[in-house]
Amino acid sequence: MSVTTAKQPNWFSRLAHPGQFLNWSRYLIWPLAILTAIAFALGLWFAFYNSPEDYQMGDMVRVMYIHVPNAWLSMLVYGVMAVAALGTLVWRHPLADVAAKAAAPLGAVFTALCLYTGALWGRPTWGTFWEWDGRMTSELVLLLIYLGIIALWRAFDDQLKAGRIIAIVTLVGALNIPIIHYSVDWWNTLHQPASVFTATGPKMPPSILTPLFVMLIAFTLLFALLQIVRMRTEILSRRAETMTRQAALQGDAK
Amino acid sequence: MSAFRALIVRDLRLAFRAGGEAMTLVLFFVMVGVIVPFAIGPDRPQLTRLAPGIVWIAAFLSMLLGLDRLFRSDDEDGSLGLLQHSVLPLEAVVAAKVIAHWLVTALPLLVATPVLALLLSMSWEQWWRTVLALAIGTPALTSFGAIGAAVTVGLRRGGLIAPVLILPLAIPVMIFGVGTMDQMAGGGATLFLIALSLVVTAFSPFAAALALRTAGE
Amino acid sequence: MNQPERFPPVFAPPNVTVRGLGVSRGERVLFADLSFEVQAGGVLLLRGPNGVGKSTLLMTLAGIVRPDAGEIEGIGREDVHLLTYQSGLKGRLSVSENLQFWRDMNGATGTQLDEALERVGIGGLAGLEAGYLSSGQLRRLALARLLVSARPVWLLDEPSAALDAAGERLLGALIDAHRGAGGIAIVATHHDLLLAEARGVETIVLGGPA
Repeated sequence: MSVTTAKQPNWFSRLAHPGQFLNWSRYLIWPLAILTAIAFALGLWFAFYNSPEDYQMGDMVRVMYIHVPNAWLSMLVYGVMAVAALGTLVWRHPLADVAAKAAAPLGAVFTALCLYTGALWGRPTWGTFWEWDGRMTSELVLLLIYLGIIALWRAFDDQLKAGRIIAIVTLVGALNIPIIHYSVDWWNTLHQPASVFTATGPKMPPSILTPLFVMLIAFTLLFALLQIVRMRTEILSRRAETMTRQAALQGDAK
Repeated sequence: MSAFRALIVRDLRLAFRAGGEAMTLVLFFVMVGVIVPFAIGPDRPQLTRLAPGIVWIAAFLSMLLGLDRLFRSDDEDGSLGLLQHSVLPLEAVVAAKVIAHWLVTALPLLVATPVLALLLSMSWEQWWRTVLALAIGTPALTSFGAIGAAVTVGLRRGGLIAPVLILPLAIPVMIFGVGTMDQMAGGGATLFLIALSLVVTAFSPFAAALALRTAGE
Repeated sequence: MNQPERFPPVFAPPNVTVRGLGVSRGERVLFADLSFEVQAGGVLLLRGPNGVGKSTLLMTLAGIVRPDAGEIEGIGREDVHLLTYQSGLKGRLSVSENLQFWRDMNGATGTQLDEALERVGIGGLAGLEAGYLSSGQLRRLALARLLVSARPVWLLDEPSAALDAAGERLLGALIDAHRGAGGIAIVATHHDLLLAEARGVETIVLGGPA
């Protein structure tokens, strides 16, 4: 029998990869911030000055330029979380759970904004702030899922373990969201046969599509920017925590 | 005795011996049905109309209330760690525990439905549809619950978080469950409830076992 | 009593090999590049101060904690008996129900129930609810779990905790019998085990000399 033990002081062994991320993402923040600002300026200019009023909704149609991008992001962010969850579970990539943790509150905020602008839009259009419309209801359930996941993140002490367990929840949610959406639609048609939501599709004129498209890009850039900043913050705060604990342990050993 | 059966028998023994938690859940289920008329008034036609919703809310709440006991005690006394070395794979361990949990927490609810049917002045047809819907839907609720219980097993405050996590995910069960009880909705809801229940029940032992393994690491 | 006991040899002679094992808890590295080998009939003692990772090493060998690096050979999922301070026993079930449950779960490959209870010295308590047992008696019941299912590798974490002098002698005799049948015991302990034979007993001191 042979026994060999060698102590390696690699406290940061699990953070080696995130360290690389910190290095290269630093150069991304300012260009991304400037790009986001330009896209927003352009999009808002289009939205306010260079797109027609709706013959029914009047100026209220402009809420759509905020509402639709937020609805898109509410789903995109969950998609990002689901991919990150796969990264955590399958490849155990140390950056993946950081990405998932950073994305959750962003997704919740975008979903909440989507609901908020939807309500603003709904008041003049439907005559009520809240309608149990299929899409709105699905968004509301999505918000609840986001909030549950955030609550779970906050409940764990060990964030590495939390990342793997929450990845399971995230994937279960990802499989379930289409079912929820379908069931809510079914429930909706059961209770109110006529949909109040007028279809918005490719028949929209380019004068509306252009600002919508620019705003979609602007909001997606904003998400990318906030996601990177939040990931950097998370990595740095984990490092700080590790160092504090390390210092406490060494102080204890003396 | 086979290991699978032995695990179910042990959990049933623990549930019915001196603990009596199963009976407490039924009591809670009936009590929710009892307090609703106090909240909305004793108008019989209105109660009849709302009965399916009330029964499902009561079932939802009592299932969520019982969630925490699914894995927690086995985790605390080390059984869960030891079961990882048993002749059963952890997925089968979870499946056995889910079956036992369903027998203890859901089956008594079915037995108690006549009381609610009486109190909420359900018709004969409404009652058997209720039993049918609960019989099909509760396995899905228990299975969703198993995932919630597994991901929160290592948390001291898990008892509160699991329901918050599981409730939005289980909304389709509620929708199709109430749909099954609604004569106007047709058979579509029942078929979807069956499909949903089968898929979730088949899938949840794997997700829950993965979560339990991760929590133990 | 000095006659060495023999279990029916229901398992192939085990051989546990560990190479380059590295384990960390959170971001704290407990040990890196740990290697050892234990052959059939061998005992490995894990020593070292509290918090150095003895229990974690046992959990890693049991396949519960995932190592960062390295290989563990010769320990399958169903080859292991794990004995920790968490006994996996239910206070509401009787002594024999508890034991029967683990016999069903781990396979009825060892001794009979009564025989095992008799062997660990709580034969008269079979019908009693386990909640009424003293901590020493509970520990003996946990040891009986190792006897009713024959498994080649015993991973014991402070097995002599709560045991009296007679209990420690019993523990030593059980490990001796297990070795006699070709089994392996890996034991994290602060106490000296009362083994009949010191040959084949190796020690690893984790975290430097204690």
